[in-house]
This record gives sequence, C-alpha cells and structure tokens, in this order.
Amino acid sequence: MAFTPAKETYSGKVYSVAIGTGEGTGTVGGENVLPFHSFEGAAPNRPVIAFEIQDVPPADWPESVKKPFEAVSDDPVKWARFCQDELKAKAIALRLVGTHPDRENRSAEDAAKTVKDVLAAVNVPLIILGSNHAEKDAPVLVAASEAAKDKNCVIGKAQEANYKTIAAAAMANNHKIIAMSELDINLSKQLNILITQMGFEKERLITDPMCSALGYGLEYTYSVMERIRLAALTQNDATMQPPMLGDIGMYVWKVKETQAPEADLPHWGSLEERGIAWEAVTATALLVAGAELLIMRHPKAVEEVQKTIEELI
Amino acid sequence: MALTGVEIFKLLPKTNCKKCGHPTCLAFAMKLAQRQATLDSCPDVSEEAKKVLGEASAPPVRPMTFGAGDKAVKMGEETVLFRHDKKFVNPCAFAVEIKDTLSEADIAAIAEEVVKSEIDRVGQKLRIDAIALTNASGDAGKLEAAAKTVAAKAAGVPVIINTQNTQAAEAAVKVFSDKRPLIYGATAANFEAMANIAKANKAILGVGASGLDELSTLTDKIKGLGVEDMVIDSGARKAKEIIENNTLIRRAAIKKNFKPLGFPIINFIQREDSLHEALLGVIAITKYASIVVLSSIEKWKNLALFTLRQNIYTDPQVPMQVEQKVYPIGEPKPESPLFITTNFSLTYFIVSGEIENSKVASRLAVMDCEGLSVLTAWAAGKFTASKIAQFITESGVEKDIATKELIIPGYVAILSGSIEDKLPGWKITVGPREANAIPAFLRSRG
Ligand code: SF4
Repeated sequence: MAFTPAKETYSGKVYSVAIGTGEGTGTVGGENVLPFHSFEGAAPNRPVIAFEIQDVPPADWPESVKKPFEAVSDDPVKWARFCQDELKAKAIALRLVGTHPDRENRSAEDAAKTVKDVLAAVNVPLIILGSNHAEKDAPVLVAASEAAKDKNCVIGKAQEANYKTIAAAAMANNHKIIAMSELDINLSKQLNILITQMGFEKERLITDPMCSALGYGLEYTYSVMERIRLAALTQNDATMQPPMLGDIGMYVWKVKETQAPEADLPHWGSLEERGIAWEAVTATALLVAGAELLIMRHPKAVEEVQKTIEELI
Repeated sequence: MALTGVEIFKLLPKTNCKKCGHPTCLAFAMKLAQRQATLDSCPDVSEEAKKVLGEASAPPVRPMTFGAGDKAVKMGEETVLFRHDKKFVNPCAFAVEIKDTLSEADIAAIAEEVVKSEIDRVGQKLRIDAIALTNASGDAGKLEAAAKTVAAKAAGVPVIINTQNTQAAEAAVKVFSDKRPLIYGATAANFEAMANIAKANKAILGVGASGLDELSTLTDKIKGLGVEDMVIDSGARKAKEIIENNTLIRRAAIKKNFKPLGFPIINFIQREDSLHEALLGVIAITKYASIVVLSSIEKWKNLALFTLRQNIYTDPQVPMQVEQKVYPIGEPKPESPLFITTNFSLTYFIVSGEIENSKVASRLAVMDCEGLSVLTAWAAGKFTASKIAQFITESGVEKDIATKELIIPGYVAILSGSIEDKLPGWKITVGPREANAIPAFLRSRG
C-alpha cells in the first residue's frame, strides 16, 4: 500500500533571538516546526549550549564536575576564557550565585565588576544570572545590566516577584531577558504578557518554564515545554513564541544520582559516567521537548549533546 | 479514520434485540466508538459489518505481547502523539544485542548481565527486557548454538532472533518454541519464507525496509500471508531519521488509522560510544519506539534510560504520589530534625534531595494529600492543622525522637499555632518556603 506522509504545516513560528555582539553573536529559535522536524519546515538555527561559570568558586558542585575546571574556577575571568578558548563554548552563562544572602552575600557592585571583567575577556554571548533570590536579584541584575550595557546579553531570571525592575534595566541597556515561572504553561504565558505590557518587546524574551532533572520531575518540564511549543506553532500564540531555556546543570548536579559513590550503590554503576549521562540525558530530552538554549556544566556532557544535535539536523 | 457511533450503527442489524447487553443497537454502537465494547458481543452482526468494523475499531497501534511468562513485554496500544494528552501506554522494551560470533562464555556473561539488570526505582521494577541475538556469523549452526546458551542463561527473557537468513531463523526459533520470540526479520527479498516461519512458530515478525513506502507495502503483503503480529523498522539509524520516521509512523497510525504502519516500532541504536548511544536512546524513548536495541548495558546507562522511560510513561493526569510515611534521610538519630511535607512526588523528591544535600540526617514525614503540592493541598483543605496533627500522632514518630519538634513548610507558617494547639507538648518550627533554602536553614540551626 502506498504511503503518503501526513506532514503538518504550522501557523506559528518561534522568534529568532540574537544574543551577543560582533563576531561571537549567536541566534536561537526561528523555527516554524516542532523540534528537529525539519522534514516539514524550516529550523534555521541549532540549539545553543552555554557553559555555566560562577562568580565564586563552585564549592557546592560535586567532585566530578568540579574537576574539569579545577585550574580556573577560582577566578571567573580565567574560567570564562577556558570555556571559550579550550572548550569552544558557543555561549557562557555567568551565575552570580555569590550574591545570595546565604552564600558570600556579594554586593551588586561586586557583581557588576565581575560582569565587566568577564565581558572584557570573552567575545561569545554572555548570559547573566542572579542567585535565584528574587529580592536580591533585583539590585544585582540592575547593576549587571548597566555594567554590560549594549552587549546584548541575556539577563535572568525575571520572575513574578521582580520582573519589573529587571525588565526595565534590561530594556534601558539593550539586553534580552529570561522570564521564569514554575512549571505551568499558564503562569508562563501570564508572565510573558506582564513583561510585554511594560513595553518590553516580546521578540527579546526567552522563556524558562523551570527545569527539572531526570528522575526528579523531568516529565513535568518536558510536557510544559511541549505544550508551549505546540501553542506557539499550531495556535500561533505570540505569547508562547519566545525560545525556551533549559537551565540543566544546576538541577542535575544536585540530585543523588550525580553524587552517590558507586561503593555505596553498586547497582548504579560508575559515578563519573552516571553524572555525565544524567546531565546529557536531561539535556537531550528537553531539546526534543523544545528547548533552544541550554545551560550546562560538564564538558563531556556538552560535547555529547553537541554531537547529538549535529546528528539531529 | 476511526468510525463514529452513527457510522457504526448503520452497519449493525438494527433489531435492538439486547443480546449484546445494551438496550439498543445505537447504544452499543456508541460504546464501540468509545472502545468500551467489542463487536463479538453482538451475535447477529453480518460478515460484511465485521470486516469493516474490525478494521476500523482495532487499536491504531496493534497490541501484542513479546515473550511469554513473567518477563513478557506488552507493546502497541498507543493512542496519542503527545504524553500530555493521555498516558503513553506500554513502556518501550530495552534489548541488548548479543552477536553469535562471541564465545560461549561471553554470550553467557551478557545473558547473565541481563538477568541481573533489574533495579527498583520509586516502587517500580525496571530492567533490560530482552536480548537481540544477531546472526553476525551468517551461519545457522552458530546462531542455534548461541540461542541455546541464551535460553539456558537467561531463561524467560524475550528474544529477538536477528537474521535475514531463513535457515538460521528456523533453527533458532525452535529453541524458543512457545516463548513468543520475535524474528527480525522479513525484507523484500525473503518475506514469504519468513512469514511462514513466523506463522508456524507463533513468533512476532520484525519487518525491515528502507523508507516508509517500502515498509507499508511489505507489511501489507505479509498480512496477506496471514501474519498479524509485526514489529516495524523503517531503516532509520541516524537521530534525524529516527525522529522523522517514528513521528510519521505514529501520526499515520493515530491520525489516519493507516493499518500498514499500525505496528510497534523497533529502533536499532547501537553505537561505539556508549554515552552517545544513550542519547539516541533518549530520542527513541521520547519519540515512540516500542523496542530499543542497545549494544551495551552498563549500569550507569541502564539507570539513566530506565529513569527516562519511567518519566515519559507516567500518567500525566494523575500526579505521581509517594507513599504516606516517615522517611529516614541519611541515618537519623533521636535528636535529628523532623520535617513534614505533602506526598506530591515532585515535592517529595525536591525536599528530600535538599535535605540530603545538607548532609544533616533527618526524618521527613510525607503526608497523603492526594498528590498535591504544599500550597495547593493547603488551599484544598487537605493539609490542615488537624489533619497534620492526626497524621503525626498516628505515625508513631514520637517514640523515635528526642525532642518533639516538627518543621513545617514556610508556605503554611500560618498553621503553626493551631498545630501546636492540636499536638500538645510539640514545638512547631516554621521552615523555609522553598526547598532550596533547607541546607542554609539546617546549617543555621547548628
Ligand atoms: S446484539 Fe446486536 S442486534 Fe442486538 S441490540 Fe445489540 S447490537 Fe443490536
């Protein structure tokens, strides 16, 4: 029996969002099909993976992901250069975790200086993240936005509690922002609407529907992303059309599977490979669900996901 | 396309004789359309109607059982393209490839590894489900000998006999008679002979082609030879082709009820680089494979793939719940802290994970709130002072702890006074709102 493929045409399209400046500029999104469905439409840009670095040494990262950065992680500038020059990073995500009141409690001025130093050292696009403390992130990200003026960075994360301050600063300094809500398509839509109502262009947004690690709620993130992407493409819902972020590393490298030694759990196998697989599997699943921008930690996991992306396009 | 109730009704005898157990033919037709009844309940239906309805009412992806006994794997029966619409039904099976060119000892070793692969994760038993025995030697005798080793060392594990050589297939399939093996399989060159072998030995027939057009033609011809249970391979090996072909197959089956592709999919994803193979596994698991053939089964890889399969195949309508009880985290002593939260599995995982990260041994009392998160459960009146007090009292945790102190989630700080009233002698401490503040909270307690 002859087979006629049931191809879909989609009415909507994901915004194409450029990040960074000059030679290092990258673009995410832009497709008018479901992830890796290039057989029925156009997907002009590959997903981008950003290496995560921090403003303070990664004391809380498990050993196997700390090790590859051992020689550089005492200094964000060295760390950023290492990612760009040695690991060929397409983007870097600087997490200002040291500003968290329960951590080093670094000031907004300190954070701004780190941002300036890192920007001076690399030319790939920079994602600048707060410590996920809604209150403290507001002043920190305002200072960071100013320090990075006109560098077309991605600032995050704007949440319901602090989006006004962060979006205003990003707007004034020509940046993109990440809008994060917690695992709910309606909350995500609502936040995008609130931010655009301030006059922030929807073409400058990146949606973070909140990540979860393999085995720890991954299916929720997976389905929320899939639903957002379907709404964007099949219903042409403009509020759901920004590219999506998967903030992988932070969620993966705190679960038991990336930390428990083989000696304690022999049936779980090698810790080193298990941790890398945990990050790479989580990342690949979210790419299939619709993420266009990933933040990851382990160089080997990034390399393998990159290899898979090449095979997917 | 599936038929509507009215379309089905037109084909029924319209006598309203009630022998089917429904008051009218129309009522029965409605049940048929919703797949809540089967046609054999009506004794008077015509042959013509049977043929039309049988075709139309069969599930879009043919159900079948691979293997026999406890370790048999159910496949097919899928009804949707996206897991948020409805639960994906039958989790895909993982098979490891064993080549018949290996020594007997090596074959036995892999077979034993399969038998020992079972692990328990959140109450489910997960394992490598099957063995794909490949006739790499091209020799029928070697395949048969390898089949005997597998049958002895991995008794009961469903087997894929991977050869296009009909003589080899026939020799090996006899080793698994009554075990419902899968012969992979039939191609344009050998399908008549393979169909006969599958039929004679009650085996499932794997059908391989290059491309969906050739595949559809082939399954149609094989069906004409009387083989109903097939598993299909479009020839996709690269990630891009796997997504494309698997998606087009599932769409054709579900949206068009296109029978020639209404079969479970088998994907061969063997790679040198085991981690890369795992990532191809992600694509096969998320995108509709029913059988995934791997080249190796390291424990770390199994754990990651088992977990992903479990995540993808959970029911999206029913929030995952964990059992109500007091969970030890680390090795709690009498003076260790006691937390309480709800039994929404995500809440449980995140809270227990953060307590674990803090490296402070604790107890976590998980209360049955029908799988709702803390705030939702509180708003729905399921996480209230009196219910918490009752749960804590009945749990008997009191006898294991030195100080009667209970740490409640920051979001329900408002409940602390009334819990204290209902739990005389207890001190209620308000913990952080978000789980990620737990390590700092525990550190600050010294
Ligand atoms: S048994 Fe058949 S003929 Fe009788 S009522 Fe049911 S559907 Fe109609």
